Amino acid sequence: MKYLTTIGLEVHVQLKTHSKMFCSCSAAYGAPPNTHVCPVCLGYPGVLPVMNEEAIRLTVLTGLMIGSRISDYSKFDRKSYFYPDMPKNYQISQYDKPLCIGGTVRIEVGGHTRDIEITRIHLEEDVAKNMHFLSTSGVDFNRAGVPLMEIVSEPDMTSPEEALAFLLALKQILLYAGVSECNLEEGNVRCDVNASLRPEGQKELGTKTEIKNLNTFKGVYHALQQEVARQTETLQSGGTIQQETRRWDVDTGATYTMRSKEDAHDYRYFPEPDLMPIVLSREQVETWRAGLPELPRNRRERFVAQYGLPEYDAGVLVADKAIADYFEEAARLTSNAKAVSNWVMTEMLRLLTEREMDIRSARIEPKALAELIKLVDKKVINSPTAKELFAVLFEKGGDPAALVAQQGLGQVSDAGAIEAFVDQAIAANAKVVADYRSGKKAAAQFLVGQVMRLSKGKADPQQVTAILERKLAP
Amino acid sequence: MPFNVANATVHDTLKLLDSRQCTSESVVRAVLDAIRRQDGEIGAYLSVDEEDGLRQAKAADKARSEGGKGRLLGIPIAVKDVLNVRGQPCTCASLILQGYVSPYDATAVARLRAEGAILLGRVNMDEFAMGSTTENSAFKITRNPWNRDCVPGGSSGGSAASVAGGEALAALGSDTGGSIRQPAAFCGCVGLKPSYGRISRYGLTAFASSLDQIGPLTHDVRDAALLLGVMAGVDERDSSSVDLPVPDYERSLTNDLRGMKLGLPREYFVAGMDRDVEKAIRAAVEQCRALGAEIIEVSLPHTEYAVATYYVVATAEASANLARFDGVRYGFRAGGAEDPIDMYSKTRAQGFGAEVKRRIILGTYVLSSGYYDAYYLSAQKVRTLIRNDFEAAFKQCDALLAPVSPTAAYRIGEKAGNPLQMYLGDILTVTANLAGICGLSVPCGLTGGGLPVGLQILGPAFKEENILRVGHAYEQRRGAFGLAAK
Repeated sequence: MKYLTTIGLEVHVQLKTHSKMFCSCSAAYGAPPNTHVCPVCLGYPGVLPVMNEEAIRLTVLTGLMIGSRISDYSKFDRKSYFYPDMPKNYQISQYDKPLCIGGTVRIEVGGHTRDIEITRIHLEEDVAKNMHFLSTSGVDFNRAGVPLMEIVSEPDMTSPEEALAFLLALKQILLYAGVSECNLEEGNVRCDVNASLRPEGQKELGTKTEIKNLNTFKGVYHALQQEVARQTETLQSGGTIQQETRRWDVDTGATYTMRSKEDAHDYRYFPEPDLMPIVLSREQVETWRAGLPELPRNRRERFVAQYGLPEYDAGVLVADKAIADYFEEAARLTSNAKAVSNWVMTEMLRLLTEREMDIRSARIEPKALAELIKLVDKKVINSPTAKELFAVLFEKGGDPAALVAQQGLGQVSDAGAIEAFVDQAIAANAKVVADYRSGKKAAAQFLVGQVMRLSKGKADPQQVTAILERKLAP
Repeated sequence: MPFNVANATVHDTLKLLDSRQCTSESVVRAVLDAIRRQDGEIGAYLSVDEEDGLRQAKAADKARSEGGKGRLLGIPIAVKDVLNVRGQPCTCASLILQGYVSPYDATAVARLRAEGAILLGRVNMDEFAMGSTTENSAFKITRNPWNRDCVPGGSSGGSAASVAGGEALAALGSDTGGSIRQPAAFCGCVGLKPSYGRISRYGLTAFASSLDQIGPLTHDVRDAALLLGVMAGVDERDSSSVDLPVPDYERSLTNDLRGMKLGLPREYFVAGMDRDVEKAIRAAVEQCRALGAEIIEVSLPHTEYAVATYYVVATAEASANLARFDGVRYGFRAGGAEDPIDMYSKTRAQGFGAEVKRRIILGTYVLSSGYYDAYYLSAQKVRTLIRNDFEAAFKQCDALLAPVSPTAAYRIGEKAGNPLQMYLGDILTVTANLAGICGLSVPCGLTGGGLPVGLQILGPAFKEENILRVGHAYEQRRGAFGLAAK
């Protein structure tokens, strides 16, 4: 029997705020254990939470990016359970009145475009980090209280591939909105996934299992593949799926039962009495909406229309907001946007990948790239020189025109000088000339190369080819 | 000149200090002497750091000699063991917080400090402010200074006993369902529960977050006004504190009640009330009438549901608030645990007393899936009705007069075995917390058995000036109430 897969995701995203959700401690990652702590985030007796308004703005921004309805009345609730990483043994979260409701994230898988439905986005506080040593355990509370946004999707994905595409598209949106660094190594994005199978033709969803705490996208993908395979096998051999929470083991590449439905927590949600409800005025939301960055998919369409780029190129540029920003800044300074795109997509990305660098740390400014392109277009330099110059600018920065003048890189386009090099090359390569004349047209390329070498790379290759062809003509 | 601490009010002592008739050091020494002399019997204090108190006093004297100002410069104040004072213990009278030392000042404490007050001694209470007799302290029994076989009331029993017993000029308490007003009534001192949001709760170990308020217990109404004025006002650390201007409360203390309308809630004069209590209250009402107030009868029709509502809301919030006491970060941790859950179980089983456990279990139950709507949600709805009752009543009058408690203080152990009966004694005080309004307890006489009776004056939210004015005018007419008989 054939089974249909249904997948839903809960994505926890750490927001890019300076301070924690309910106190003024730094939310920065990587400090020595328990140095970003205070009585509030340690859950000392008598302390009270105070809302971080920036976290609310960033959550609403995310909602606006994906077309959520922004709640004009929202509130925090206490979610109770005991665990050493919970300073108060309740987490301040949002239960029935989240900040954002609904919305969609567009994905493309196998050439098909789909809009994945979002259920809600709510705001909560992150928990601490338990560390286990040989015979003892410790808790690092630096992370406790960091603003955490939870994006819950509808069970709307039909394959692990779609789930992965969803996460990538979501990450792109979050980076565009500037709401999170989305640094997976630092645990900025963590996922709970649920999956169920049902026989083809059946409407009702099958029994689902949940896999908690996946902190890489690859992990989500593999865990889902494994879980779908496990459920398929179970069902095909006549078994039934138990509703349960499972754990993904990276080392064995399999999922294991963590707790069954019977052991599920009763979180005893009730409204947080220490915080006032969040009431957002229409004007406030509209002000935030006005400052909204362009969605990646809109930007891609615009790049095609405005700069005449191929779909593919626009897609590559838009994938990373910083790269797209760089492209636009340079493109605005030249009339040759296609050349900017070519430079960014080839030389720039190659060098960035080679050095494992971010475009923001490359020394070549958008203005310099635009200059470089102008020099090529005006035939001041030829393209091999331009390539060398790009590498220099990438490394050290500077003004291309000044470098050309300083190092005498200007292209030789004086016909007399080129003719002299051509004559020299013809004289020194009688055999090649003979080959050419006997019909081996490829031999001309060798001669062009020789001329370029003689000109120390500065001759205009097009001019060289034209003169060479004229001189060799029978 | 030696300072006589018995019956000394804060405002009188400030005059003595200002006119150099005594020093802060002599005041603190007198308080320490009184504690040393009597507290073995009364048991108001859990701990007193004498050295620190004298150090603070000397600093205050030095500041004063250098022209330093401060509305409470050099005045020692006892603090209920539920409030955080930097460097002092804060056990909440619970074994589970043994060894915990506060790393920070509660906002109310910081404001007292900023005006030069000396924070001297931690006073006893019912564990985590849960109780009406201070018998639920894990550490000691506190006795009523008027009759040492009787309870001082609770949960701020140590605060009330320290003031009434002449062991403190004034004390801080907290009131979640009557915990300031009732012990003040039992011990014959003044107790003020401000409106919810008037004083920041930051630093007050939470029992029930939507009901808790800090307030002063004092010898007279003027002192209550003075301390309220120092502690009141919005605080950025407490989102439930309200940004309203703080009036000069002492200016509202006139000597008459002309032009005021005072309501008697019909439902607060019920069958089963002690006859001596009722007599004293009725007499006080007549005094208010004689001071020029117009007395009317009003109705608070949902009063009968108040105790049930209170015990659902308060325990639900407490069950979450007390979850943090787990032995992981501070306080007591039980040994011999096999895993974290076992550590929680053992720590909490050994660290909490019976009443606290009873309320945590009750609160956990009312919030449980499937019961939430029937209990917590219903209680919130009734709470709105109770609030509406008061709003309607305050459209007709400026303040309400009622007893604080249906009885005067009772004997130690008398109700300890019957929690339900004890809860019912809260009927006349829990409503103010549910509605968020302010309330004042002023001594208004003695029973035949020689125990104080408290007159409760309730006012609209953020109209503390109304109840302080009534309390002060009544107090002036009543005359000196005196200190507990020695």
